[in-house]
Amino acid sequence: MSSESKKIKIGLEVHCQLTSLKTKLFCNSPSDYREKPPNTNICPVCIGTPGSLPVLNRNALNYATMVASSLNFEIMSHMIFFRKNYFYPDMSKNFQITQYDRAGGVPFAINGYILLNDGRKIRLGRMQLEEDPAKISYDGTIESSSETYVDYNRAGIALIEIVTEPDLESPSDAREFLNKLSSILEHLNVLDLGLEGSVRCDANISHRGGKRVEIKNISSFKEVERALNFEMTRQKSLASKGISVSQETRHWDDVRRITISLRLKEEEQDYRYFPETDLVPVTLSETFIEKINHDMPELPKEREIRFQQEYNHSSEIARVLVKDKYLADYSEKAAKESIAPREVGILLAVNLPPFLNEIGKDLKSLDVAPEHFAELADMISKGEVSRRSAKTIFLEMLKTGQKPRNIFDKKGLDVISDSKSIEDIVTKIFKDNPEAVKDAAKDTKAINFLLGKIMQETQGRVDPSIATKLVKQKLSVQ
Amino acid sequence: MTARILDIPVWEVVKKIANQEISSEDYISETLERIQKIDPKINAYITVIKEASLDKALELDKQIRQGKTVGRLAGLPIAIKDSICVKNIKNTCGSRMLENFVAPYNATVADKIIREDGIIIGKTNLDEFAMGTSTEHSYFGATRNPWDSSKVPGGSSGGSAASIASFEAALALGSDTGGSIRSPASFCSVVGLKPTYGAVSRYGLVSYSNSLEQIGPIARDVRSTAILMDCINGHDIRDSTSKNTVPQRFADIFKNTVKNLKIGVPNEFFGEGVQKEVHKSIWNVIHKIEKLGFHYEKTTLPLVKYALPAYYIIAMSEASSNLARYDGLRYGFNVLKNNLNWNTTFSKNRRNGFGDEVRQRIMLGTYTLSAGYFDQYYLKAQKIRTLIKQDFDRAFKKFDILVVPSMPILPFALGEKLNDPLSLYMCDINTVPANLAGIPSISIPCGLSSGLPIGVQIMAPPFREDLLFKAGYLFEENVTIDKSVGEFTNV
Ligand SMILES: [Zn+2]
Repeated sequence: MSSESKKIKIGLEVHCQLTSLKTKLFCNSPSDYREKPPNTNICPVCIGTPGSLPVLNRNALNYATMVASSLNFEIMSHMIFFRKNYFYPDMSKNFQITQYDRAGGVPFAINGYILLNDGRKIRLGRMQLEEDPAKISYDGTIESSSETYVDYNRAGIALIEIVTEPDLESPSDAREFLNKLSSILEHLNVLDLGLEGSVRCDANISHRGGKRVEIKNISSFKEVERALNFEMTRQKSLASKGISVSQETRHWDDVRRITISLRLKEEEQDYRYFPETDLVPVTLSETFIEKINHDMPELPKEREIRFQQEYNHSSEIARVLVKDKYLADYSEKAAKESIAPREVGILLAVNLPPFLNEIGKDLKSLDVAPEHFAELADMISKGEVSRRSAKTIFLEMLKTGQKPRNIFDKKGLDVISDSKSIEDIVTKIFKDNPEAVKDAAKDTKAINFLLGKIMQETQGRVDPSIATKLVKQKLSVQ
Repeated sequence: MTARILDIPVWEVVKKIANQEISSEDYISETLERIQKIDPKINAYITVIKEASLDKALELDKQIRQGKTVGRLAGLPIAIKDSICVKNIKNTCGSRMLENFVAPYNATVADKIIREDGIIIGKTNLDEFAMGTSTEHSYFGATRNPWDSSKVPGGSSGGSAASIASFEAALALGSDTGGSIRSPASFCSVVGLKPTYGAVSRYGLVSYSNSLEQIGPIARDVRSTAILMDCINGHDIRDSTSKNTVPQRFADIFKNTVKNLKIGVPNEFFGEGVQKEVHKSIWNVIHKIEKLGFHYEKTTLPLVKYALPAYYIIAMSEASSNLARYDGLRYGFNVLKNNLNWNTTFSKNRRNGFGDEVRQRIMLGTYTLSAGYFDQYYLKAQKIRTLIKQDFDRAFKKFDILVVPSMPILPFALGEKLNDPLSLYMCDINTVPANLAGIPSISIPCGLSSGLPIGVQIMAPPFREDLLFKAGYLFEENVTIDKSVGEFTNV
């Protein structure tokens, strides 16, 4: 890590919807609000109809306990909910039911952490459970729109808020942290990260000792690194011009990919937090927490170790595979079908990412069965295809979704292994390139040119060591 | 002949309807006629449900004739405070803000009444959002006391209590945040019970101060009050604060008369604000009971003197948040729909939709919750609340019930205290302790002074409503009240 980036301090406030819950946090409206016509996924409770009362979704407690436990949090055994009072159209009651760490309140959990690959501990100050506000939209921008549209379909969805200490030292740290967090949450099966708006993030960033800038409403984890990079560059460039950074809140515009000043930090808004007495205090017994821990699904860290033992993956490969639950599940399916699971790991962890980067897609959107990866790995390990042919097949398989063996048969990509055929090819190349042969006789480095020609001729189906041996033999004879 | 059916105790009427001695149709018709005749002078109702009530009565009579089993409230006209939702009926809360708000669902208590074949005959007037002690702060005009229409009926459930006192309903529901059932019960000389916090579901009751209030029954006598309480109490999954216990049953507790009652009379409830007529009347009934062999002892609840300020701080704090939802966006009063930003729209709607008393309480509550004041007001009030609870716990180790005046004064004239909110707030001095402690409390008529009613208040430990009914019945049996002196209290 460069000394430059060490001057940066980054903290994140992450909001995750518990999308796997069937219903909202305090009523029976479905959690699945997406794609529904506006204001159809609602009930008296979540639109704050007079006389309605919230009732806590007990499953949300189970999920929150799982999350807190797997992020090494200390879970509070006794907690109450609070009202955060503010007037805004996105809150049907003009207050949000949340948790609070003052005025006799405690968050859901405190003092958690996530370890980065290099062993650095990113401290998680607190985690709390709260309700999601409604969605507000405008015709165009806030300024130009004559109307404010409010859709309460999302209002009341269960959210967990996780707040880090400013322990992250670079935008790439933030990315690594969020990857680890995502993978844990996905392994817990408490939310689907693929759903639009299921995770949101606020970030704060400062040069060590400098003023803190908050970036609000970053709408996906992928955007976080971009927003932070932009902001880091902006702050550095200000600093280089001798302009001091002001403490302010900025908004991430993910279309223009810039941060925009929202407001300079004035007085903190007074939310008049006080206890929500429509809900009764929550007690989480030790037995309850033990049971949750006992029934906990396998987490990425455990899976990484098992992958090394069970499929003979290197620790590097295993780490890459568990970074994303979909990839981990996929690789496991493929590995189970293959006699060479280690090869499967290499294909998926080493060869696949550059291809995906290039075409700008993810594994999910490719129409390739895990069994195809298994088949290709088997062909490689049996020596049926050369590495170079394997790559051709691999790319073809990813593009067309065809079975590796079909591609292999169609293209005639089997290895040329009988020495008579190879000798014939070498003879032909010598005949076609007399000048090169002369050069090679004088300078052994020039042999590579002839080898290249042979590979070209055979589409790489010749074992390079056999070809080299034959070329050298032939040169010595001449 | 027909006029007399309204005069029969309601707990007997329900039996007579079930065995066809009286038809529900007659009883409902009589009641509707009575409403039509006298309610313009009393203004107990905001909404009267005529046709549907008669239809339901006819239907029930038919079912009874066919020998079908009917519910425990079959055929009775029941009035419900207009802050408790009844599906497809307006639920105004006495406010311009909700003038046209039609409830989209039934409160749990309304469901229970309907399930027991009770007939919801109308929605009754109240101080706006239940904030008041006189039912003068209603957008729909003040309710008048049936004993003397120049006097207030008490409040905030003044419409419910007045409807009972004037025979415009058989039974009624009110809600009690700091005395809103007991105050009008006392002023109108009827029985009103504030149940233990958590005994009756609040689902569908529009919140004023949610940690203090309960829905409770109002009737002309103790046994009839018990019938309604019998039907509405019990756990409700839709109200997390409702106690998860088996519903209490009260209908049969009057078979055996009560033998032993350890009665405490706490000094703090007889302070200088209590009028001498009230003093006299309460002691009169205590001495009568004593003569029957029940001993009483004077006692003290020292922290109760802080109850009133603690109550108002908590109630206003919660109100400021509970009433935040009324911004005109989703329902309710909306002054202008277009061309204003939401902030201005909210402000205009709230300024014009709420009355003065409501706005005052919202502002005071906002203040007591604000940073810098939260600790010295809200938190301190909560501490006092805990101490008051402990005071009661101690008292109930020694006594079964505590007996005090319900209201410190006699019903006062309309308008008399409108410009003196402090003296109006002082009226709640004897009723708020039970709300802070969450204990049940009942007001029973105990006498008249110059033709104006006085009520005695009995308090018991949590979930001992049975003691209140038994003791209340005993008190009731030993008090005679001449209804003929009232303006509208004689059928
Ligand atoms: Zn809902």
